[in-house]
Amino acid sequence: MVKNILIIGATSAIAETVAREYATQGHKLYLIARNEPRLTTIAADLRIRGAADVVVATMNVSNFSTHHSVIEKAYVALNTIDIVLIAYGALPDQKALEKSAENTVESCNTNALSVISFLTILANRFEEQSRGTIAVITSVAGDRGRHSNYVYGASKAMISVFLQGLRNRLHHSQVHVLDIKPGFVDTPMTAHIKKGGPLWAQPEAVAKDIVKSIENKKDILYTPFFWRYIMLIIRSIPEAMFKRGKL
Amino acid sequence: MRLSGWGNYPIIDAGSHSPQSIIDVSACLLNKNALIPRGLGRSYGDSSLAPQILSTLSLNHFIAFDATTGVLTCEAGVSLADILSTFVPKGWFLPVTPGTKFVTVGGAIASDVHGKNHHVDGSFSDHVHSFQLIIADGSGIECSRILHPELFHATCGGMGLTGVIVSATIALKRVQSAYIDETVIKAKNLEEVFNLFEEHQASTYSVAWIDCLSSGEFLGRSLLMLGEHAKEGGLIARKKKRLTIPFNMPSLLLNQYSISAFNALYYHKQREQVAERRVHYDSYFYPLDCLHHWNRLYGKNGFTQYQFVLPKSAGLEGMTAVLKEIAASKRGSFLSILKAFGPGNKNYLSFPMEGYTLALDFKIALGLFDLLDKLDSIVLHYGGRIYLTKDVRMPELIFKQSYTKWPDFVKIRTQYGADKQFHSLQSSRLGL
Repeated sequence: MVKNILIIGATSAIAETVAREYATQGHKLYLIARNEPRLTTIAADLRIRGAADVVVATMNVSNFSTHHSVIEKAYVALNTIDIVLIAYGALPDQKALEKSAENTVESCNTNALSVISFLTILANRFEEQSRGTIAVITSVAGDRGRHSNYVYGASKAMISVFLQGLRNRLHHSQVHVLDIKPGFVDTPMTAHIKKGGPLWAQPEAVAKDIVKSIENKKDILYTPFFWRYIMLIIRSIPEAMFKRGKL
Repeated sequence: MRLSGWGNYPIIDAGSHSPQSIIDVSACLLNKNALIPRGLGRSYGDSSLAPQILSTLSLNHFIAFDATTGVLTCEAGVSLADILSTFVPKGWFLPVTPGTKFVTVGGAIASDVHGKNHHVDGSFSDHVHSFQLIIADGSGIECSRILHPELFHATCGGMGLTGVIVSATIALKRVQSAYIDETVIKAKNLEEVFNLFEEHQASTYSVAWIDCLSSGEFLGRSLLMLGEHAKEGGLIARKKKRLTIPFNMPSLLLNQYSISAFNALYYHKQREQVAERRVHYDSYFYPLDCLHHWNRLYGKNGFTQYQFVLPKSAGLEGMTAVLKEIAASKRGSFLSILKAFGPGNKNYLSFPMEGYTLALDFKIALGLFDLLDKLDSIVLHYGGRIYLTKDVRMPELIFKQSYTKWPDFVKIRTQYGADKQFHSLQSSRLGL
């Protein structure tokens, strides 16, 4: 059966790889992102890979007032939505944010509040249709506040907690809510970080995990799997000890 | 970042730029010093190495596909593996493929790669209709046999030294099945396998595995592997589980005794003179791709592949001279591949010419380059040349004596300003 899939932040490396998986399976895709030329390139690619149809729409997620109409348009085009994947996010420069309250709030607006806004609108739609999957890419960074990355971490943590509650609420309407927590992924977002070593994953591996977890209706996905254990250890370090470190 | 070619020799520290779109490539060229474009880094030596590299791997989108003719336009960072898994289920196959599917379209053009069907279908660029090249000043030029033909012929096989190929239009070929009907014929020496190549030149695919350590009357004993696309079997682009060589193996693992033993086993595994079987294209064309990082088998010092071609006129005599020199050196090549080429094309630096090509792997070790120098002079004596995509040590003089169109290549490079912008360790070594 052809599924209708909405992806917000469709030009992100992980989202694009997920979209390729779904295109190969012949599903219908509605892609939202900011960069129009890139969206056009991606859409053409997905059509050739086998997508039943690809529709694109551009927007700036920080423009909260447009959220309602953007989702409305997606529903008009698709009629129903089986899967929504929210995949955008920006990795801020923690050091720079520490110097600016304004930029810190702005970063939280993009990484947390705009997602919450979308989720609020989508949750009501999904509750009404009583089926489907809402999947959001958060981060292992949301599992514990760390010296080097806590603004980003706090935003991701906010979404994760929101999703817990939403999962609880929508469970009664047979709606599946998936929280995706990737570790280090080799993407343009992390291009400035020195890479290599066994902790870095390719987006293809992460995308495969995501597609599988949507299929299996998993609640929380750590990807690659070993991050579940790494974060278990990091979460269980006592605060008194943790605060001395420089993680 | 630390970079090397597939041979893991040499390993250098290089700066890397990863443009996210075709437009980004131009911006990248305008702001950077000399660099070399790089795809999946499967050339063996130093042709994709430079202090600064431009990775094309983010340019990995299909742009257009005509399902009636099989003509595909895609960005240059698309891999052959991606093309196969997308288009085999639709009944299309690569017109030409090298021995690994982990190369990009841009790399395949820049190396003008060949495959087991060279004697019938020519090399990769012979199936390229056109491509877009970003030249040194950041502008894009559409190249084909009609538009800027001299730039087209310089870029095909031009090792990335004319500009950055950002997209290409190629012709795929129709297949009814993902399977290959393979026939393996034993040949007890070089003369026999030469005759078999002649006898089977109508066969679509042909290649011979050759035991380069056998000598005397068995010098050049081989298994000739012929193939035709099957008519049945289905169109599944099977994805095999890949085994990974997790780290560099001790280089002593591959020595003349272990290789000799392997070769004897491999040759005698097949009892019959002629064996026929149906195999999936993945195991027929890419036997080594299922062994992830197989280059680590050669140890941390790395290895090189020495691939040369001798013109038909040199024939048996030239190949015998080379094989004798290798057998005497006792430097066994784990994998030695012999292939008959059809006529070459008009590209300035493309490798194939009508005759026979032999590819040999050698681990990097003391004295190896002396042996290769000796082989160079035999190859040169018989009017042959060495494949730039595999090369890591050819002296400038040998290059310039064997690739006789190099002055024309340099002229085009200068004309488009490429001599200021595009350099690899190899191009500097070869005086380009």
